[in-house]
Formats: sequence, structure tokens, C-alpha cells
Amino acid sequence: MPESPSSVTEVRDGLGEVGYLADESAALVSFLAQRLGKPILVEGPAGVGKTELAKALSRSTGRDLIRLQCYEGLDEAKALYEWNYRKQLLRIQAETADEAEAGWAGARGDIFSEEFLLTRPLLEAISSPEPVVLLIDEIDKTDQEFEAMLLEVLSDFQISIPELGRIEAKTHPLVLLTSNNSRELTEALKRRCLYLWLDYPEIERELQIVRLHTPELDETLARRLVEIVQMVRQLDLKKPPSIAESIDWARTLLLIGAEDIDRKTFEDSMSIIVKHRSDIDLVSERVTVKLSAGSEEGVTGLPGAGA
Amino acid sequence: MNERSGTAASLLSFFEELRSEGVAVGTSEILDCFEALDEVVWTDPRDFREAVAATVAKSQEDRRIFELLFDRHFFRAAEAEALEQGISEQRFDGGNRLDLDQLREAVRQAITAGNDGEMRDLARLAISAFGRRGERSGVIGVDVQRIRRNLGLQGGRGDGAGGADLDRAAVREFEQHLRRELERATIERTGKLPPSRPLAELDRALPTSPAQDLATVHRAVAQLKRRIATLGHEVRGRQRSPVVDIRRTMRASLETGGVPLRLKHRPRRPRRPEIYVLCDVSTSVSSASVFFLSVLHALHDSFRKLRSFVFIERISEVTDVFEHERDFRKIAERISSEGGVADVSGYTDYGRVWLEFGDEIAEDLGPRSTVIVLGDARTNGREPHAAEFGRIAEHAGRTFWLNPEPKLYWNYGDSVMSAYEPYCDGAFECWTTKHLENFVNVIASGARGASAN
Ligand SMILES: Nc1ncnc2c1ncn2[C@@H]1O[C@H](COP(=O)(O)OP(=O)(O)OP(=O)(O)O)[C@@H](O)[C@H]1O
Ligand SMILES: [Mg+2]
Repeated sequence: MPESPSSVTEVRDGLGEVGYLADESAALVSFLAQRLGKPILVEGPAGVGKTELAKALSRSTGRDLIRLQCYEGLDEAKALYEWNYRKQLLRIQAETADEAEAGWAGARGDIFSEEFLLTRPLLEAISSPEPVVLLIDEIDKTDQEFEAMLLEVLSDFQISIPELGRIEAKTHPLVLLTSNNSRELTEALKRRCLYLWLDYPEIERELQIVRLHTPELDETLARRLVEIVQMVRQLDLKKPPSIAESIDWARTLLLIGAEDIDRKTFEDSMSIIVKHRSDIDLVSERVTVKLSAGSEEGVTGLPGAGA
Repeated sequence: MNERSGTAASLLSFFEELRSEGVAVGTSEILDCFEALDEVVWTDPRDFREAVAATVAKSQEDRRIFELLFDRHFFRAAEAEALEQGISEQRFDGGNRLDLDQLREAVRQAITAGNDGEMRDLARLAISAFGRRGERSGVIGVDVQRIRRNLGLQGGRGDGAGGADLDRAAVREFEQHLRRELERATIERTGKLPPSRPLAELDRALPTSPAQDLATVHRAVAQLKRRIATLGHEVRGRQRSPVVDIRRTMRASLETGGVPLRLKHRPRRPRRPEIYVLCDVSTSVSSASVFFLSVLHALHDSFRKLRSFVFIERISEVTDVFEHERDFRKIAERISSEGGVADVSGYTDYGRVWLEFGDEIAEDLGPRSTVIVLGDARTNGREPHAAEFGRIAEHAGRTFWLNPEPKLYWNYGDSVMSAYEPYCDGAFECWTTKHLENFVNVIASGARGASAN
């Protein structure tokens, strides 16, 4: 077994070193998952760092990241393994031409060997000689049948291939499943997992994240940006801005060399944090008016504006 | 007693409580939980809490219930222990060092910074400050609201007002501290624990499982149907139609030598009562929404001329959904997915709803129309547009408002009930089926204008 972390702090610091600022629960659940060898089911609004958590865990543990992006209609062939049909065909053609006498029997044995196997993410994660991080992203997009198959793989850590026999895991992957809650997952799957709810970060942590991604951005400006984003999130929007959008916005401000977020800067760049037409209207109506008209006056009406 | 086994026992009863609130905590969850707890330091309250949460609460909804119950459960456990050992915590006595404005400012800062420890201390300060001013009502929920109002914490209320731009969640956290400290004070004063009450009573206010109360709701509504029907009769009998029937008047005048002494009125055309129900389905009433939807469901069962609308930010007619779907679950699903208000995470915009309803629907209203609003009148600081609501009420024959919050909470925080109440023929608190029956009784006794209870 690979060395597992000895404390929550160790995990949090490790994630921090690779650029992921985990909150209390993310660090604890990541720690538990490694100690107990259980998968993590991560849910939360879009763009709060679900996928990034898996990537960061891979970086901090030095394990490879294997990612299975789910989509509607994803099947075993794309998730587990598939025979390389084209290659098999070529081999058969080549053989029958060259050594016609060898016949079918020989060819059959040959073409169902590992050489012709296309390993897909699940098989790859199971058969890897080094332990990996396996990210199964947006599991809610698949159907229950797929979930059942997955559950089997995750409980037995083995996959049997009729033509080849059973492939047993040499190491246990650290598994993260993310879901955007588009459907209810089965009880059985949930039961096997530790549950992590990731939410929008509170202000100080978001500020740290933004500063981490855009260290060149002036601190006061970064704080103002995060304050505005947090304010926008409290409106009733179709799609509230996520951490990803805060970061994008910070980058943009840096790019256009903004010194303050006054009304004009905001109007020019707000489409980065709000996308829907109706959201933009609402934000204009409720937030833009709180910003000062010109940069000389400073921002009024914002929380902590003077502080 | 061994501390660990004490905690373990307490955990088991906590799981029991979770189960009674509908969280599926099975044996495997319990085993996982203890296994996880072996990995963390039990005395670190944060790790302890997160480890338990990660292993037993496996959806957002479960998590919400978990948060509601956890503090209460372990807080009570700790208090019970302290009582047993005769420990009473040193009361915080910095109350006189701060004046009210300073206190307000300090609280706002602590909330903005999300500083937990400070919020707790300030909650105590605030309680003792208001206690001295003799404003304690003794009912925790009411005191929390009073203190909150006194501190000017209107979380989310817009422009400039005292509580402007504080994060709602953070304000709620501060409220939690207030609640806990008030509870603690009560326990210390009386030397015993208050009875544990099921969550469903107030924190969740209304039955979240529709099935359990659907039958009662239907019964109350069936009653309502009879009442509304007879009410219509009385009106017909008492009042004359304002429309004079010229032919009949002329004929009658023949008896008096052609002088029309007696005016004959055209008989009122008996029309079916029409009901318009407007139902808030936002999260601030989310547990209530289920109850309200079941009321709507029952209303549709009883009245043929019923149009129903749901709203959060915008209003959307759902009459069709009810007419084509019998199964309650399916109705709830369809409404949240295609009601046009699909983003159920939303905050209500009452003002906008009145404007839209006024524009599109109000002209269909008439003296035989009854408008029933189901909502908490929490505007999230937005313009209430009360006059527009008044215009709607004027078009309708009668307007009633059912509010899922206890009356004590009306007009606290961002509730603007008093802006709408004057236009209603009755405004009622309605968070149990009993209240619903009460509503039926009051309107049945024909108490027009007798503003509720
Ligand atoms: N705690 C964090 N520390 C540092 N960066 C973060 C953190 N959380 C999120 N981010 C950044 O935010 C962005 C969005 O994160 P990510 O793509 O992981 O979100 P997600 O939850 O997977 O979203 P979706 O549901 O859309 O897939 C990433 O660029 C990531 O770098
Ligand atoms: Mg993602």
C-alpha cells in the first residue's frame, strides 16, 4: 500500500502547495478517502472546484490522473475496454495472405490478446502498476445500468474479460466521482462513497483563490472584485458566477489594466461573470447602480468599501 | 464514564433523530462513520462534525437536515453533561462596555469576516444588552428576530439601510449563535433542558412529506368549497343587482299609472365562483411550498373554475399541470421543471409578480373572483409594489393571504406583510392544516374585512 497521509493538516497543506485551497470539509474528506480507501462523491454548483480537487489530489500525491468524462450513452466499451477491431482485421488479412495454412485457430488466439485491447479509463486505473487518482466526472449523466457496472468495479477492483480472463487491481485508485445533480444517484452507489458538498467559498477563501491565480492583481482591487462577485451571487440568477468566473474576471481586469471597478469598468466586463440575458438585466439593475460613476470618487455602497 | 463511549451513545441517538427526519442512515453508514472517526481527533469539533457528515448525509438535502440537527443534538448533550456536573459557564459580562452603535458595528464586522468565535461572543453581548433593556419575550424565535432587528441586520436588504449587503448565510449563522446562546441562558436559568421538539414543528415549519397531510388538506379544502359556494349565495340574496331592468320596471309602472315607483332590477346572473391562487414556491418557503402545493392540489379537486399560478421571480400559470396530472409527486416535479420558474434556488420578487399578474391576468378578475395568495411576503429587499397589489385586490371580489410563517415573524427582516395586508379581506398565518381549517372557518363566517384571527 502506498503511504497514506497521517493528518488532515498534511492533506490540506499538500493541496495548498499545488495550488488548491481546500476548505475544512474538502481537506477532511480527502484525508478520510485515502485512509479508508473509499471513493468520494463530490456535489455542488458548477465551477466550485470539483474537478480541480481531483487534479490537485493527483498533483499532491504524485499519482497519475485518469479521467473518465461521463456523458449520456456512455457504455462499457468506452469506459472499460474495447477490442481494436480494425487492428484485428488487419492482422487477419495479413495472416491469411501470408500464411494461409495457419488458418483461423491460430489467428483467433492471437487477435484476442492484450496487444489488441484498447484500455479505457476504468481498466487503465485498475490495472495501473502505480496507484492513480481516478476521476469519474459528471456521473449523473450516465444511466443506472452504467452506475451498477461502476459499482461492481469499485467494490471488487477487478474486471473480467471473457477472452482474456480476470484482471485484478494491483493497486487501489483514489476515486472521485462528481455529480451536478441532474438526477438522483442510486442508494447503493452513495452508500459506498464519502460525501462532499462543495459550495461557493466564503469571501476570504475566494480572495485567496483569486490572488493565487492572479498574483499580479492589486490586492484592494481583488478584494473589491470578490465582494462584487459575492454580492452578485446573492441575486436570483439563472447561473450565478462561479470561482472560475471570478478568476476569469480577475484576469480580464489585469489585461485591461483596470485600477478600480467603477460603473464603466463593470459594465464593460460584467459579461464575464454573468452570461444570461435576464441575469445581465438583473445585475445591471441591482449592482451597477451601487458602483460609483467615475473612478475618482471611489466605490460607494459596497460592503467594506472604506475599510 | 468513558468519554468515547458516551459520545458513541450520543451519536447513535443522533442517528435515530436523523432517521426520524427522513435521512436514510443505515448500518453501513454507521459502521463507516465509526471507522472514519477512528481516523480523526474526536476532540476537534470541526473534524468530528465533518467526519460524521461525510459518512451519513449523502445529498444536499440530507446535509441541510444534518446541519439543523447536529448542533441542537450535541449542544443539548453538552449542556446536559454540564448540568449534571453543576458547571455553569462564566457569563460574559462585557455588556456595559459597549454602546449599541459600537455593538452593531462589531457585529457587522464579525459577520462580514465570518469570524465564528467573535460572533458567538457578540451574540452573548447582544443578548445581555437587550435583556437589560427588558426586551426579552422569553420565546427564543421572537427574541432572535427582535435582537436581529435591533442590530439592524436585514441580510440582503438593498440600498443603504442598516443591514445592507451582509451575506444572508452569514447573518443566518449569527442568528444560530443567538439562538444557541438564548437556549443556553434559558437552560442555566431554569436548570433544566427544554423539551426537545421535532424539527418539523418550526425549523421546517410544515410537513415536507406531502402524503402524510394530504388527506387533511383535502378535507379542509372540501369544506372551503362548501363555504365559498354558500358565501356566494348570501351575497346574491342580500344585494340587488345594480342593473335596472327597463322592461320589467315599465311593466310594473303600469299599476301606478305609468309612474315608475318601483325599480325592477335585472336578476344577477349566477356565476360560478372563480378562484385565482398565487403560490410562492421559492426556497424561503420551500418546506411550505409542498404544503401549499398540496393545498392547490386539493383546491383543483374541488373547484372547476380555478386558475393557479406559481411564482418566484416571475409568475407562471400552472392550471394545466393540475388539470392533466393527478399524482402529487408528478405535479411537484412538473411544476419545478416547467413552471417557468424552474430555478427553484431563487429569491422571490413579489413586486415584479404583481406587475406581471396585473398586466396579464388582472383584467379577467371580477366581483365573483377570489384571489388567494400563498406566500411569506419576504421581498428580499426588492420593491414590494403594494399599490399594484392593491389594484389587483380591487379588481377581485375578495382577496386572502395565507402566510406560512408564524404571525410573530411577519414584518421582521425582509417580510413586508404590512404593506399588503390592508388590501386583503383577510391575512392568515397558515403553516399547519389546523391553520388551514381556521382560515376556512373565518371566511365561512363571512368575516369580510375582519382582518384575520
Ligand atoms: N479551492 C480552490 N483552489 C484553487 N482554485 C480553485 C479552487 N476551487 C476552484 N478553483 C478554480 O476554479 C475553476 C473551476 O473549477 P472546476 O472546473 O474544478 O469546477 P467544477 O466544480 O468541476 O465545475 P463544473 O461543475 O462546471 O465541472 C478552476 O479553474 C480551478 O482552478
Ligand atoms: Mg467539473
